[in-house]
Amino acid sequence: MSERVPILKIGDVLLVSIQFDLEDQMVMDLQEDLSQRIVDTGAHGVVIDISALEIVDSFVGRMLASTAAISRVLGAETVVVGMRPAVAMTLVELGLSLGGVRTALNLEQGIGELRRSRRNGPVPR
Amino acid sequence: MTSSSQPVEESDAQESPITGNGDVVKARQAVRALAQQARLSLVDQTKLVTAASELARNTLSYGGGGTMRVSIVTRAGTTGVKAVFSDQGPGIPDVDLALTDGWSSGRGMGLGLSGARRLADEFTLESAPGRGTTVSVVKWAR
Ligand SMILES: Nc1ncnc2c1ncn2[C@@H]1O[C@H](COP(=O)(O)OP(=O)(O)O)[C@@H](O)[C@H]1O
Ligand SMILES: [Mg+2]
Repeated sequence: MSERVPILKIGDVLLVSIQFDLEDQMVMDLQEDLSQRIVDTGAHGVVIDISALEIVDSFVGRMLASTAAISRVLGAETVVVGMRPAVAMTLVELGLSLGGVRTALNLEQGIGELRRSRRNGPVPR
Repeated sequence: MTSSSQPVEESDAQESPITGNGDVVKARQAVRALAQQARLSLVDQTKLVTAASELARNTLSYGGGGTMRVSIVTRAGTTGVKAVFSDQGPGIPDVDLALTDGWSSGRGMGLGLSGARRLADEFTLESAPGRGTTVSVVKWAR
């Protein structure tokens, strides 16, 4: 068994805080675990905190985008929080805009975003 | 004489295998350590490590494993970091196609090679069908 990233439940929000540089397999496991937890808990929101990540490459970027898409299909909105400025600049130059992923500067704002969209209904895309 | 025609000196070279998922993480760490040593800015460190991560994953998943050689380079008083990824895998039949944004022969996003080229200051790719692939990137301190 490989190590897994913990998923915390706070109210109807699932919180994932990536605390260290992940191997690709752990990234894939996380996506699977998260989808399962959304179904098991009926969570309406997911917050992924990447403030500890020193880089986001196309593999992790794709995971963030597909996690947001999968969550939406399962009835949960995803917000990615805490991206470092150097990571954001690098991602854009790499060619990944993460257009379908909602982002917020920090955890507090991310939770606020989710509350707002819950009140106003899901954001149309 | 332009700086690019001046000789490049190399030091602190380290070579490490890329034969498993964990080696991609190690490759990122090794490049980060030298990028700090070479005093690259935080943004340039991030760009180089991201490029290295893409290339290490390609070495593993398309090249069937290989090696990374990372070193400090100096040229005309400027310091940088060079990372070279080599494998003896199948090679890349159409390099221009492989360097096209969004093109992947597998299920990737097709941004590894093209993105690494944008993120690095220097980029070279040599590949011969059936004999393998070598990709190198350099980032210079400003
Ligand atoms: N080391 C390699 N050996 C053989 N083929 C490679 C290698 N690196 C890249 N390629 C080829 O180039 C394509 C583009 O690579 P890349 O831009 O990293 O995109 P992705 O990894 O998402 O497929 C790959 O799909 C693969 O066909
Ligand atoms: Mg790739």
